[in-house]
Amino acid sequence: MSGTTASLRDRQAAWFRSAFEEFERSLNGETGRPFHQRRREAIAAFADSGFPTTHEEEWRFTDLTPLAGIRFALPAPGVGELPEGLGIPSGLPKGIVLINGGFSPAHSRLPQLPPGCRIESLAQVLARTPGDVEDHFSRTAIQGENPFAALGTAFTRDGLFVSIPPNTVVTGPIVILTAAAGQTSPALLHPRLFVSVGDNSQVSLIQIFAGAPGQQSLTNALCDIVIGDGAVVTYDKIQKEPPEMYHIATIRSRQGRSSTFASTSVTLGGALTRNTITAVLDGDGAEATLNGLYLGTGGRLIDNHTAIDHAKPHCNSYELYKGILAGRSRGVFNGKIFVRKDAQKTDAKQTNKNLILSDDAAIDTKPQLEIYANDVKCTHGATIGQLEEESLFYLRTRGINADDARDLLIYAFASDVIDRIPHPGLRAGLQSMIHDALQKER
Amino acid sequence: MIEIRNLHAAIDGTEILHGIDLTIRTGEVHAIMGPNGSGKSTLAQVLAGREAYDVTEGSVTYQGHDLLGMKPEERAQEGIFLAFQYPIEIPGISNTYFLKAALNAIRKHRGMEELDAMEFLKLVKQKAALMEMDDSLLNRPVNQGFSGGEKKRNEIFQMAMLEPKLAVLDETDSGLDIDALRTVAEGVNRLRNDRNAILLVTHYQRLLNYIVPDVVHVLMDGRIVRSGGKELALELEEKGYDWLREDYHPSEAAH
Repeated sequence: MSGTTASLRDRQAAWFRSAFEEFERSLNGETGRPFHQRRREAIAAFADSGFPTTHEEEWRFTDLTPLAGIRFALPAPGVGELPEGLGIPSGLPKGIVLINGGFSPAHSRLPQLPPGCRIESLAQVLARTPGDVEDHFSRTAIQGENPFAALGTAFTRDGLFVSIPPNTVVTGPIVILTAAAGQTSPALLHPRLFVSVGDNSQVSLIQIFAGAPGQQSLTNALCDIVIGDGAVVTYDKIQKEPPEMYHIATIRSRQGRSSTFASTSVTLGGALTRNTITAVLDGDGAEATLNGLYLGTGGRLIDNHTAIDHAKPHCNSYELYKGILAGRSRGVFNGKIFVRKDAQKTDAKQTNKNLILSDDAAIDTKPQLEIYANDVKCTHGATIGQLEEESLFYLRTRGINADDARDLLIYAFASDVIDRIPHPGLRAGLQSMIHDALQKER
Repeated sequence: MIEIRNLHAAIDGTEILHGIDLTIRTGEVHAIMGPNGSGKSTLAQVLAGREAYDVTEGSVTYQGHDLLGMKPEERAQEGIFLAFQYPIEIPGISNTYFLKAALNAIRKHRGMEELDAMEFLKLVKQKAALMEMDDSLLNRPVNQGFSGGEKKRNEIFQMAMLEPKLAVLDETDSGLDIDALRTVAEGVNRLRNDRNAILLVTHYQRLLNYIVPDVVHVLMDGRIVRSGGKELALELEEKGYDWLREDYHPSEAAH
């Protein structure tokens, strides 16, 4: 490691430590609670590692140097104006609003929920019933720790706590708009979700990240989902933050026996986006589906790192990530599949397909399979292609102009990821978001 | 309708068409026959505006306009339709969505109002019945998983929807069994009228039993070597193409 990297790391660690001390002082009275011990451990862990560098395998293609020098402000969560024109799909119900990482009761509309369901501000839960969060930690035995997750834990102040009791079906998606308010200087935002779904229950979550334009803020999102036996959960994440923002998200799920989890991550915005997704299949017969769509325009970088941990037998996992890369954008896909020794009869399928629209765009794609069981089925495949001149010509001979034909083919490429999203309102919204993004790229 | 004069076209520096002259009048059906590699498909693709081909000499006048200066979509909007020899599969776009985009692009160009969903559906049903198209094919992605016959039928269904003035059918008969051939031919015959024109590109005489042409041309080595009435097709069926080869001596054949 070079001397400059090390000293940058030291300066960074020192800065984050002092920011943490300032943060601690603002907590008055909370520092005695058990969660604060977690914060302290987390900042120590982060100070040890610092921002990862491209020397680290997990971050080889994603250079965080542009972020490393920024002195971020830590705005109070939950306060601030909801920016205008965030373009939330009209077909979706109004829902919860997190501003600058904190729950905003003024903007939120809580959905009608069956008895026993809780959707609460995380700050409130930490203050009134901290045991619920501790309980969550003990049940998750979190895997997929990384420097940003640690940073997120260190600065956790608010967010959302969602708890669905056993044998409960929540109809209609819970929409969580996670917005960055306009900031005067770059801000570090920590929207955090704890989701706990009881046995045999069903719930769908949609989290949409958006923000006021023109800011260099960093969203460091954390979402932990614990899924009980036989539960059915979907979590769809849409990142459409303004083009200057940085976005780093850690999503971790742990599933019980015969449960089903499906998650689609769509990245349309931001200067730099990194999704680190860890799904643990921790009960026999569980099934996880991780899908993703990323649209790179301009000079943006989009990095998806997924890890599926087959810890128990008879589990299935399906993964389909599709990327559209235009301009000077760059994509990274790394799909890790662990099959543990006892996880016999595992069926894992991973596909990554990329459409490269310009000579200056690029993708680094890598499957990473670690298989310790002997009776398993694991397949993976990656493709990189361009728009077919023949297909374009075919559409044009039917009267469709060249730009529209191109958009149609790009949308067609994306459609098998979008079509699997179970919410018609979101599918329609994504169609127009992709259309808008492509229009701007012309 | 269309006047092709001394048309030369090349791909990747190799000239395929060495000076085609062909005039088609409104209401006529012309057939172009010829052996493999004679340039039949090249001619069809050049007329539709395929950019991979360079027109190195000659002119094409379509309804008084310079066709070669028009983009493929402009040609389609002005009423040219190419039924592909190998229709392209487009996963992710349903047949009806595709057709609606095409039809409305053409209507817009012609200063007509776009069709709403109800009107469009009505038209689709009507034309699908005409072509004996299975409803299930309408909602499937364009040509994906279609049999060869279904693809060809889908081309003619698109033609029925878009009502072109000049339809170029590139080997629409190839790969069809006799029943499918009959259905496709009947579809074309129903669309044939005194306001449009059709150019049939075919390898075999068989199709011409069902769609009777006004004029038959023989294309060999990038030139039209003979033109005649429908009986010329029968003569070709009987004698093959070689007897025509003896009639002319292209310089290209020398080396």
